[in-house]
Amino acid sequence: MINGPGSTGLVLDEPLLWEKGKHGRSAFSLPVPDVPESVVDADLLGDDLDFPDLSEVDVVRHYTRLSQWNFGIDSGMYPLGSCTMKYNPKINDRLAATPALAAAHPLLDATACQGVLELLFDLERFLAAITGMDAVSLQPAAGAQGELTAMLMFAAYFRKKGERRTKILIPDTAHGTNPASAALCGFSPVSLQSGPDGILSPESVAAVMDEQTVGIMLTNPNTLGLFEEHIRTITEVVHQHGGLVYGDGANLNAVMGMVDFKRCGVDAMHLNLHKTFSTPHGGGGPGAGPVCVVAKLEPFLPVPRIMKDDEGFSLETGHPDSIGRMHAFFGNVSVLVRAYSYILTMGPEFLRQASQLAVLNAVYVREQLRDTLELAYDRPSLHECVFSDRRQHQFKVTTLDMAKRLIDHGYHPPTIYFPLVVPGAIMIEPTETECKEDLDRFIAVFKEVVQEAAVDAERLRQAPTRTKVRRLDETRAARNPCLKG
Amino acid sequence: MRYLPHTPDEIEAMLAVIGRQELDDLFTSIPADCRFSGLPEVPGPYTEWDLIARFKELGDRIPGAASRSVLIGGGSYYHHIPEIVRALAGRSEFVTSYTPYQPEMAQGTLQGIFEYQTLTARLLGMDVANASMYDGASALAEALLMALRVSRKKRTVALSAAIHPHYRQVVRTYLEPGGFSIVELPVAATGRTDLTALPKSGELAAVAVQSPNFFGVIEDLVLAAEGAHAADALCVTGFTEPFAYGLLRNPGACGADIVCGEGQSFGLAPSFGGAGLGMFACRQHYLRQMPGRVVGETVDMDNKRGFVLTLSTREQHIRREKATSNICSNQGLCAMTAAIYMASLGGSGLRRVAQLNHDKAEYLKHVLLAAGATLLFDGPTFNEFVAVMPSGFQRQRERLAERGIIAGLEISPWYPDYQNAFLFCATEMVSRSILDEISEEVRS
Repeated sequence: MINGPGSTGLVLDEPLLWEKGKHGRSAFSLPVPDVPESVVDADLLGDDLDFPDLSEVDVVRHYTRLSQWNFGIDSGMYPLGSCTMKYNPKINDRLAATPALAAAHPLLDATACQGVLELLFDLERFLAAITGMDAVSLQPAAGAQGELTAMLMFAAYFRKKGERRTKILIPDTAHGTNPASAALCGFSPVSLQSGPDGILSPESVAAVMDEQTVGIMLTNPNTLGLFEEHIRTITEVVHQHGGLVYGDGANLNAVMGMVDFKRCGVDAMHLNLHKTFSTPHGGGGPGAGPVCVVAKLEPFLPVPRIMKDDEGFSLETGHPDSIGRMHAFFGNVSVLVRAYSYILTMGPEFLRQASQLAVLNAVYVREQLRDTLELAYDRPSLHECVFSDRRQHQFKVTTLDMAKRLIDHGYHPPTIYFPLVVPGAIMIEPTETECKEDLDRFIAVFKEVVQEAAVDAERLRQAPTRTKVRRLDETRAARNPCLKG
Repeated sequence: MRYLPHTPDEIEAMLAVIGRQELDDLFTSIPADCRFSGLPEVPGPYTEWDLIARFKELGDRIPGAASRSVLIGGGSYYHHIPEIVRALAGRSEFVTSYTPYQPEMAQGTLQGIFEYQTLTARLLGMDVANASMYDGASALAEALLMALRVSRKKRTVALSAAIHPHYRQVVRTYLEPGGFSIVELPVAATGRTDLTALPKSGELAAVAVQSPNFFGVIEDLVLAAEGAHAADALCVTGFTEPFAYGLLRNPGACGADIVCGEGQSFGLAPSFGGAGLGMFACRQHYLRQMPGRVVGETVDMDNKRGFVLTLSTREQHIRREKATSNICSNQGLCAMTAAIYMASLGGSGLRRVAQLNHDKAEYLKHVLLAAGATLLFDGPTFNEFVAVMPSGFQRQRERLAERGIIAGLEISPWYPDYQNAFLFCATEMVSRSILDEISEEVRS
């Protein structure tokens, strides 16, 4: 067996929280009361909480063990396509925890929080510069909320113009949340098929685009890792009919500082700071999904907006055409701080170089694996590459089996069964933070797994074997949901 | 650049393998007229030294954060964060992982979130909780969308005017484009929602109140639930201060159907309002209409207990346009942090800290009244309350700010009818001497 980074070690067991502890323990030092106790009315008072009482050592061991069962980008290669798992610099975490920033209350007078407003104002400018767009709102708390924000702005734009448009075009290579975001605004999604080359043809857009259509939601580079080469013609078609173009910027890591999205004809786009700008994803979030727009959509951006004048920075709410507020305060500021720090660390040249190396790594993996796995689309791809499991069908081995066997070798599997346009998809995105030796090892392991499929398929179907738990029964979980202990 | 591990030799070797001359050859699929001519105009690269200096500069311009005491709440609260919470939630295996798509290598996140769901459901007295939403405000908007889905035909919701004004704004942003209408319920003299104003026409999908509400007043949730159910609507209750339910009767026990709110108080720093934690729970009956991710218990091939993301058929990646909501990510790390915090306090600790919060605010109320303030509302409060301050308070407040005490939040920007009214918040972090210092200043 080729040595991946995976090997067996101690896997310590740990019960659920409430299966340990003793009543009366505490892991918290309580402040000494210095005011008299005040009695709460009996009809308002609740019963004792059914929480476990644990000592500090109990809590520390519990969560340390849990963390040891988890795989993060610090643990090893995590080549999830479309999710962009690259190294998250440690200095960013420390800076986000800067006491002045962490302790800033969101309702302080502007004079008491100029530093944080300046940081956010600068970050808006940086993101505008990196995308080519005119104005930015940092408020959306996640990519999908950024999408929704842009769709709400489209709705507000047409309402202001007195037009009633209901349809929106969504290609099959777009991100999964696009249709749901559009539907929330009362739009009905019209699905568009990408061409045999994996990209969208201007003709297919022209065939359905009309005066009742809001516009298009385009992911570029798309979820196959391909640049939508006809984007300028496509956006022209949409604009000719008075429509608007939404660009899903989730894959910006391939083209940071390279593509001018305004020149491409994009009117609004969101960015996933937790992907491209290297903020950690925390097992599911928090993320941040700022929205960048061209000038004609600026009046519709969410409030509050950060303004700068001779007096300094302020948060303003008086924008009559704004869609309103998307977040209780100002979005996931602790994530925004990390992205700000990342951009400053990289500077313009290294941002661009990061994209170049991200693409180099993905193309390298694609070329090294093209004889092993079936390439979904054989054309120049960018930061990710997509294969299918077609060649493994003869051995009754699926994408899922190969993915689970990679775990035994110490790798987080790539994205599987997405994008939906590729049957049995395997989508690999190594990112720029993996070096050649690590890629070579991953490629060798992947080849070995595929060889194993031909001679010992059962071994793949039994994988993973070295994890704390083996393959989990997901059907049972969904059929009889047990969501609490 | 330290985050880019490639040496020039490696780049050359890799280019040779893929048959390219230089890195730019990799981008031939991007048409020239889509590109920037130069580099983006951003500063950098900064060294770690430069960065730390820049943050020092910015930090110096946030005097509010270095205050001796900040007595404002209004949706973001200062509570002590035990060092173990920072240390454990900061473990990189938690911080640097993605959504647990491969459950066998994400049991830490999955068990941690399962435990978070359980603690949340117990705290709020509900059957099920999800793996968290973006924040309290979007959680409320999603709760109302959920109630509208449950009721199918109805298109109206009623919101108390005592719900956090920003939350009501977010609700409006989410609901109005769908053509839903919002009725606002007025505030009574007690500071509680005036439920007699509830329309009886049977057109309401939900009645939403917040408790404690924006004024810190504890609502009569039993009455709110009865009112909502009498109107054939779901009772949605929100909160911005989950500590309240360490002490008070929880919304589940009062009859609420959906409960949602902000969980920042449980171990998260204010951080200018984010990242926060949208907590969300409901009755079992409505489970399949609940938005957001959920973690469920199951078994593996050897019948060993394990955890997975489940009920994804409600979600966007299966049904796309028919999805329950467009929610994709959650606040995973914030939920984990809140769980670690709840585990650190335990049931008895949470109750004692909640009691202490209540006591501090009651003490401040007492000394301010003695100094000449009056209460805007006479209902019971938790943790914060609104006082109408004697004339001259603005100047006194400025003097206190010069001494590092931020004394209350003026509420007239949101409620123009209430003049000279300030929302004061006192948690376990404020010492009696600060509270006395404020009252002495007011008395002067």
